[in-house]
Amino acid sequence: MPTEAPTVVRVPSPLRSYTAGAAQVRAHGTTIAALLADLERRHAGMRFRIIDEQDRIRPHIRIFINHAEVTTLQQPLAAGDEVHLICALSGG
Amino acid sequence: MADTLWIGTRKGVFTLRAAARRRWTLAGPQFLGHIVHHIVQDPREPRRLLMAAKTGHLGPTVYVSGNRGRSWTEAAAPPAFRKAGESEKPRAVERVFWLTPGHASEPGAWYAGTSPAGLFRSEDHGAHWAPVAGFNDHAMYARWAAGFRTPDGELLHSIRVDPRDPRHLYLAISIGGVFESTDGGADWAPLNAGVAADFMPDPEAPYGHDPHCLVLHPLQPDRLYQQNHCGCYRLDRPGQRWTRIGERMPKKIGDIGFPIVVHPRDPDTVWVFPMDGSKVWPRTSIGGKPAVYRSANAGRSWQRLDRGLPRTQAWFTVLRQAMCADDARQPGLYFGTTQGEVWAGAREGEAWRCIARHLPEIYSVTHAY
Repeated sequence: MPTEAPTVVRVPSPLRSYTAGAAQVRAHGTTIAALLADLERRHAGMRFRIIDEQDRIRPHIRIFINHAEVTTLQQPLAAGDEVHLICALSGG
Repeated sequence: MADTLWIGTRKGVFTLRAAARRRWTLAGPQFLGHIVHHIVQDPREPRRLLMAAKTGHLGPTVYVSGNRGRSWTEAAAPPAFRKAGESEKPRAVERVFWLTPGHASEPGAWYAGTSPAGLFRSEDHGAHWAPVAGFNDHAMYARWAAGFRTPDGELLHSIRVDPRDPRHLYLAISIGGVFESTDGGADWAPLNAGVAADFMPDPEAPYGHDPHCLVLHPLQPDRLYQQNHCGCYRLDRPGQRWTRIGERMPKKIGDIGFPIVVHPRDPDTVWVFPMDGSKVWPRTSIGGKPAVYRSANAGRSWQRLDRGLPRTQAWFTVLRQAMCADDARQPGLYFGTTQGEVWAGAREGEAWRCIARHLPEIYSVTHAY
């Protein structure tokens, strides 16, 4: 069920320069797209580092709702969901 | 103001500073772990610097400093292609690879080149970037930038602005060739006649070449040089056909390399760092004996400059942004290696010494004050 309650977002270390070091922030949105838009309002610059200009999740980024990987930014969020932004393995 | 070398590496930013170019002091890293392709000082406002960066996980961006690199702010709108239409192939910037300050008459203007090949312009000192539609949406774009990738992707680089005319621009694509605009980027035309492209069947193909680095002389802007995947060239405009000046290099050295650097005042003097382009293209210093080559007569003859450089078993490469000159009366020359060393060549490269080692792989060395 869509929610307007804030969603907990877990932030990986490469993105914490946008959250003043916070590993966990809250944002609003009934879909991942809306949540990312709210995150961008609160933490300017963050979205483009993980979502490209064609609205695709970048190659070394994964987004999970609870334990399920997000496949589309239109995926809905329900009350109590937790969103994990994950930096997948990359390079050496 | 001390001489400063900004060192962009695969793992962050370092600086080397020296008074009178004598004792270089290493500082950094800044942005440890970030992949930094280019750091460029604004000659119009030297306190300003721009940096092209990304990380292994995060998307590409530009950082801006207004205080000679003491602090940096991320661009509010980094270079990004426009949203693709339904029938179009979507393009996304994977890395910002090149930065060029705009014309002296356009304070705040900058150009950026990206991978995949894209040209972008900022009007506000690098804070906001917009696609240059005249190139990125050119009717020939899909042929000029066909998506043939170097190991770091298809690279748009060597954006050059004619100091006499802000509307006269050049750029280069690896792989794609050299292109020219005379109307501020609204339209473009290939400029590759005479350049070899040994990897293509047509010896007179109008585009599809692999320029590694293109320079124009700031005081004689009709003089262009190009270090290409297939040789070293000069073009004197309004001529249209490049002359292969690298054929005057010793045959055992060849004329393959990445960087080419012009003397700040003498249009006839140019430096290159040859690499091994034989057989399977090792792309190392030739025979493990690194050397810079200089021509003081526009490529009619070349002189080897290796005093102070390792005599044997030194197998490094110098990438296209990783060699530069300062603008002293007798310019110093500098290069950074893929093995993390920075070398300074006093007296126009006559005598070399290593001024930093054990850095990460070096992508960019630029001189600033």
